[in-house]
Amino acid sequence: MSHHTTPSKTLWTPANILTAVILAIGLILTVKRFTMGLGSVTNLTDDNPWGIWIGFDLLCGVALAAGGYTTSAAVYLFGMKKYHSAVRPAITTAFLGYAFVVFALLYDLGRYYRLPYPLTIYPGPTSFLFEVGLCVALYLTVLAIEFSPALWETLRWKKLRFWAHSLTLVLTIFGVVLSTLHQSSLGGLYLLAPSKLHPLWYSPYLALFFFISSIPAGLSMVIFEGRLSHKFLHHKMDQTHIDEAPGVTLGFAKAAAVVLFTYFNLKWIGVALDNNWHYLSTGWGTWFLVEMLGFVLLPCLMYAVAAREKNQKLAFWASIVTVLGIVLNRLNISLVAFNWQLPTELRYVPSWEEIMITVFIVTLEITVLRICLNKLPILHEHPEFKGAH
Amino acid sequence: MEFMTLHDFMFWTKGMAYIGMGVGLVAFVAFWLFLSERDEDKFADTEEE
Repeated sequence: MSHHTTPSKTLWTPANILTAVILAIGLILTVKRFTMGLGSVTNLTDDNPWGIWIGFDLLCGVALAAGGYTTSAAVYLFGMKKYHSAVRPAITTAFLGYAFVVFALLYDLGRYYRLPYPLTIYPGPTSFLFEVGLCVALYLTVLAIEFSPALWETLRWKKLRFWAHSLTLVLTIFGVVLSTLHQSSLGGLYLLAPSKLHPLWYSPYLALFFFISSIPAGLSMVIFEGRLSHKFLHHKMDQTHIDEAPGVTLGFAKAAAVVLFTYFNLKWIGVALDNNWHYLSTGWGTWFLVEMLGFVLLPCLMYAVAAREKNQKLAFWASIVTVLGIVLNRLNISLVAFNWQLPTELRYVPSWEEIMITVFIVTLEITVLRICLNKLPILHEHPEFKGAH
Repeated sequence: MEFMTLHDFMFWTKGMAYIGMGVGLVAFVAFWLFLSERDEDKFADTEEE
């Protein structure tokens, strides 16, 4: 790729200045949130106790971090070694994604300091939320260990690196099991509210839909970030990563096309099983069709053509549409189609502070990701550990 | 569509779902052929023999 950008020598780039401004505003709002309470920065009510911090930061964050388990399962469980160079970037994104999901959750919890309570003092093992909490806590630990070899290599702590690396297969299996459980359980949470969620989005198979849609979400994030890394961090990539990148993009595009096709069919079977056809002629039906045709079928076909024609650029655009589609789906379920029968004045609209804190958290995550990709052997092999994994 | 009995409802919804599954499976075969038609290593095993 010849059009990659060269590293900037000054810190005062427009991107860094914008980042600094967002982080400064976010810190001020963080102080406000934790000193004056939820009511001071949010539009949350008893009717709408879950807002954009759950709908976007948590539901979208977890789905888009699915690249970790999909990539490591492809490489270590299904033996697709040609995608090996994608594992570390995918694990890094997943680890940071989950870490910031937990970080964002602290903002949303009224008593954030009681976050460990479900695992210690008040366990509720019959609750979906308990299952989600337990799985996310365990999976974050798994991802931390999977991510750690990059850190140990940089610090040259060979014993720790050997210990963490030797657990790879077990951790991959554990990660796939935990992801299957909590990705689906996030959808399962909404099974509690059949009367609140619009019938076109509510389904007894919501848990299945959440899990299946997380697969193309994760694959798309790997394609999306791979392309951006290629463009902006080309100087950090070694020859192996550069050579394997087209194969990763096109292979993942093909997999995403198949899973999106399956997901599209299953969603319609869900509509058929609940006999919700008559809703399609309403305004809600139009919105549902926009989601299904514009953000599931369209990227599916884009991925299929990209994989068939070996068109990496089209795969990149398909990954953007897929990511937007997953965000749209999670926001539809958690916010737009939730409480759809309430009068307009009682509907939830996020405050600017809620949106700004979300922007702050996403910016913080991107900043940490940039530091990791620049400082750790993620897009290249450490010279002392070449071929050791 | 109005349903007078649970049997009617189940017959209609299950019937539609089964038709959807059938159409989906046939469409998947066509989709897979479209997707993998130009794969370079499609007949790699055959050529080696």
